[in-house]
Amino acid sequence: MPEGVAATSPAREMYFTEALREALAEEMRRDPNVFLMGEDMGVYGGCFGVTRGLLEEFGPDRVRDTPISEASIVGLAVGAAILGARPVVEVMFMDFVTLAMDQLVNHAAKFHYMYGEQARVPLVLRCPAGAGRAYGATHSQSLEAWFMHVPGLKVVAPSTAADAKGLLKSAIRDDNPVIFLENKLLYQSREPVPEHNYLIPLGHARCVREGTDVTIVAYSRMAREAEKAAAALAEEGISAEVIDLRTLVPLDIVTVVNSVVKTGRVILAEEGTLTGGVGAELGMRIFESAWDSLDAPIRRVAMPDIPIPFAPELEAAVLPSAVDIVLAARELVDI
Amino acid sequence: MEPRECYRRMWIIRLFEQKVDQLFGEGELRGTSHLCVGQEASAVGACAALRPDDYATSTHRGHGHFLAKGGDPRRLMAELFGKETGYSRGRGGSQHMACYAIGFLGSNGITGGGIPIATGAALAVQRRGGDQVVVCFFGDGASNQGVFHESLNMASLWKLPVIYLCENNLYAMSTPVQKAISVPNVADRAAAYNIPGVVVDGNDFFAVCAAVDEAAARARRGEGPTLIECKTYRMVGHSKSDRRVYRTREEEAEWQARDPIPRFRDALLAAGHLTPEEAERIPDEAAREIEESVEFAKRSPVLPIEAALEGVYA
Repeated sequence: MPEGVAATSPAREMYFTEALREALAEEMRRDPNVFLMGEDMGVYGGCFGVTRGLLEEFGPDRVRDTPISEASIVGLAVGAAILGARPVVEVMFMDFVTLAMDQLVNHAAKFHYMYGEQARVPLVLRCPAGAGRAYGATHSQSLEAWFMHVPGLKVVAPSTAADAKGLLKSAIRDDNPVIFLENKLLYQSREPVPEHNYLIPLGHARCVREGTDVTIVAYSRMAREAEKAAAALAEEGISAEVIDLRTLVPLDIVTVVNSVVKTGRVILAEEGTLTGGVGAELGMRIFESAWDSLDAPIRRVAMPDIPIPFAPELEAAVLPSAVDIVLAARELVDI
Repeated sequence: MEPRECYRRMWIIRLFEQKVDQLFGEGELRGTSHLCVGQEASAVGACAALRPDDYATSTHRGHGHFLAKGGDPRRLMAELFGKETGYSRGRGGSQHMACYAIGFLGSNGITGGGIPIATGAALAVQRRGGDQVVVCFFGDGASNQGVFHESLNMASLWKLPVIYLCENNLYAMSTPVQKAISVPNVADRAAAYNIPGVVVDGNDFFAVCAAVDEAAARARRGEGPTLIECKTYRMVGHSKSDRRVYRTREEEAEWQARDPIPRFRDALLAAGHLTPEEAERIPDEAAREIEESVEFAKRSPVLPIEAALEGVYA
């Protein structure tokens, strides 16, 4: 789908979860090889209700409840995928992907290359991610930077319901393993989603808002925070451009660099921890391509390098938000 | 697979592995490899019970499984030489070879890594209504990995057409099974997953073949997985650098006397499935085939350097 279709075609209001569910249902109707697998996905409807109702339409073979065995759930998905199935796995919390790392990193990501391009591993790993719900350190992480570091994986991280639907459909049709982030705080966003059947290709960032003073690059929930920050900054006379990456792998660095060349200032916003994060890679890529366009240092907004604390007051204080982006932007434009 | 062909494949495996060992010694091969000398009966016995359209997954010690499933020794050898004509085009090496066209879904460098892969392949077969089975080769050491237990549990629950074939060669690298496994037999673990667990003499071709045949029939009937434990022995070290300090020469001699190939040969001769002339000629022909595989590998090109950067994504 070309950019902006969500805004211009007939649309209805949907929750982010409903948009995901619609993407799953449409792809399952289209292709019998697509099936869902994970913990509590059937009768329960998934820990966050994304698959609610799908068991009734598609039955227990295609909405497959599993034991709590993340490593083998992902391993089974890899084995099924190499024989032509298209499994979509839900890992209940992204934090639990740690249990399946061997199957993702040593198997799913490598089979195509390592077996001389005989194997295809078309699987999607849906990962409810992110903090802000006081779930504590093992149920709140944003681990996407790890997966950017593994050649062979793709990483998708939508920020809107419309993007979530179109990107999930593309992820399911992709012949590679895709890590699909669903920020838990976005699940209850209710937004317009186009009525027609559409896809959003992987690897195309979206310019959410044009501006001239500073570029804010973000994805997933932080792209929404960037929009809020840009609106607040506008009231102060600061014109911020917001780029929503949509996918981290493949990475649309061209759109990012073009924007930075225009504004000369850039803030990289993510919810994951700072060190070795997505911003570290983005910042270096920007510096390599556009160092002479920079009028100020590159700034990162990210989670401090800590396990996420439980106490809601503490969690709120460390969770990156629009306020952090606004503060960073004010500093940058003064330079 | 008819008996003469099984006998030939066992010799192909034995001579392939001995040639690989020699080539490492001569500095012709780089990296590492894990040889299966002494374990030929479990590889060929299992594959003899399969249909050509059945699947197999393998391990780091996978040359024998691949050759037993019908792999071409020339292309295996070319892979060990890192050549474009190798099964993985030189990108994989000894532990990372596959041939999807013959249902060999891959050797695997992670101990136990193939167990959920095989289970998932069986799920795909079941979902599409096929009647193929998947044989999952693994070793005693892999039965201590979490994915072994997770996968057997799921395969039992869902009655998946998979045969878990454990080649218990008594040592996980240097660690003896009695120091690493809490039950006398790996097959005893089947009880925890409510599936049949069978112990067979892994150096007896006929015992392995019969057990896999029965397990395959059960799987094709939709009755689910079986765990088969083949008691066997690798007559060589774990890998090329192994000085075998953890076991005695006496123990090795005992197992030498149970070498599966002469046992199979004698049984075939006694049953009239093989003539004495064939018993001599087949290994000679196999040796020539292995020599040719080395020639083929040596004269094959390495992938162009640019191709190292290609093929990361499908």
